[in-house]
Amino acid sequence: MFNWDIVRQYLFSGLFIHAAWTTLWIAVISQISGVIIGLFLALMRMSRYRWLSLPARFYIWIFRGSPLLVQLLLLYFGIPEVFPGLVPYITVYSAALIAFSFNEGAYMAEIVRAGITSVDPGQMEAAKSLGMRYALATRRIILPQAARVIVPPLGNEFNNMLKTTSLASVIGLFELTYTASVYGAQTFSYFELLVVATFYYLILTTVWGYIQNYIERRMDPNRLTATELKAQKSWAQRMMGFRSEPGGFAGKEFR
Amino acid sequence: MEKQQTNGIEMLRAEKIVKHFGSLTVLDGIDLTVKRGQVVVIIGPSGSGKTTLLRCINHLEKIDSGRIYIEGEMLGYREVNGRLVEDREATIARIRSQIGFVFQRFNLFPHMTALENIIEAPVHVLHQPKAEVKERALALLEKVGLEDKADTYPHKLSGGQQQRVAIARALAMNPKLMLFDEATSALDPELVGDVLKVMDQLAREGMTMVVVTHEMGFAREVADEVIFMDKAVIVEEGPPEQVFDHPQHERTREFLGMIL
Repeated sequence: MFNWDIVRQYLFSGLFIHAAWTTLWIAVISQISGVIIGLFLALMRMSRYRWLSLPARFYIWIFRGSPLLVQLLLLYFGIPEVFPGLVPYITVYSAALIAFSFNEGAYMAEIVRAGITSVDPGQMEAAKSLGMRYALATRRIILPQAARVIVPPLGNEFNNMLKTTSLASVIGLFELTYTASVYGAQTFSYFELLVVATFYYLILTTVWGYIQNYIERRMDPNRLTATELKAQKSWAQRMMGFRSEPGGFAGKEFR
Repeated sequence: MEKQQTNGIEMLRAEKIVKHFGSLTVLDGIDLTVKRGQVVVIIGPSGSGKTTLLRCINHLEKIDSGRIYIEGEMLGYREVNGRLVEDREATIARIRSQIGFVFQRFNLFPHMTALENIIEAPVHVLHQPKAEVKERALALLEKVGLEDKADTYPHKLSGGQQQRVAIARALAMNPKLMLFDEATSALDPELVGDVLKVMDQLAREGMTMVVVTHEMGFAREVADEVIFMDKAVIVEEGPPEQVFDHPQHERTREFLGMIL
């Protein structure tokens, strides 16, 4: 019998609030590191030097081609067996963070690459013709424009990440899913506590959905007025605040 | 880096430039010399290689053989045991920073205002103080007639305005040489005049310019020397009166007959 009282009892308990917090910070840190790893992987992969592009390809091949669950298990149970010296460093937290970040890096690499590829090649040429070197041009000219293409799929990736953290339950990390199953088993109320966990997942993904919406609307060129744009000064804001007509970058227009 | 003998007034020298795209030869032994303050206009049918030549002069295209010197300094390559090896990125970038390039499609940075477009390279490449660069940028905007567009983003500008910002952006680097790649070809006819006016003024001020264009009026008015290219070679060159009024070659006559 489903017992609503148990749901009510656990819904706003410190236990689940803490578990939700764990889920959240694991997801946030993994996503941020994943983006950073992905950025470097993408740049490596697009390099004309094979000694840079081949390792990146290999990395992406490995991490996209095998299950995250297996990667997590390998890291947590396999690595300490082969490298006993690493035992003190492999905790449930470090294993989860490393596995999620590395895996996410491979996916982000493809997203970043698509973003960079979407920028008009004329932009790099213009930057070069002004004496900018590749690194400076990438940072100042290409990436801010690629960001516009990268951000929407990045939002979806983070939505996924919030739920992917549940895999860490197999190594005993007390995030939402593991908390629900452990306490559910103890009190024979699996169903009720999994419903509580689901509730928290929905809260997290819904709030993120609103944030994602807000960011994407801010990046929508047609929403911004000139004064709003003028007020934007920080790099992050510039990244998201620049404009172009739908369907193409300014500069391509007016032909 | 190899220093060539110069007589002090030679800005650009290209020697026997050869460039292939796959099996297609787009430049077949081009020789070109531009002296300081000279305006050289390159005309010719599309596919004749004139844009490629201009891009080679900025090392946006690699060349298969030949030499390009900017003020006596070899561009893009250095010689190692008699063979050409592509130069270090830093060296190429330094030489490029002295050459302004104006693209057919403007290539303004869409995430920056007109002013930010102009100050970007002087601040981040030449590391000049921002306040000083900004002042110069505003003066340049005034020069191209767009002083009121400093805070406007490129997509809010007409093509002609964008191109004038692009010219100002190139000029902000105080280039020794300006290259114009069909700078007015992407513009609506009524916007062409404003851009040509800016180019004309630049020429009068003594800027060294290599201009690829289809604007024969401009070529006749402003050029010190006109070069007619066809099928990867220079067919004819000389002062505009000679090339336009007394073309020596059949192909030149044909081309001029078609467009005039």
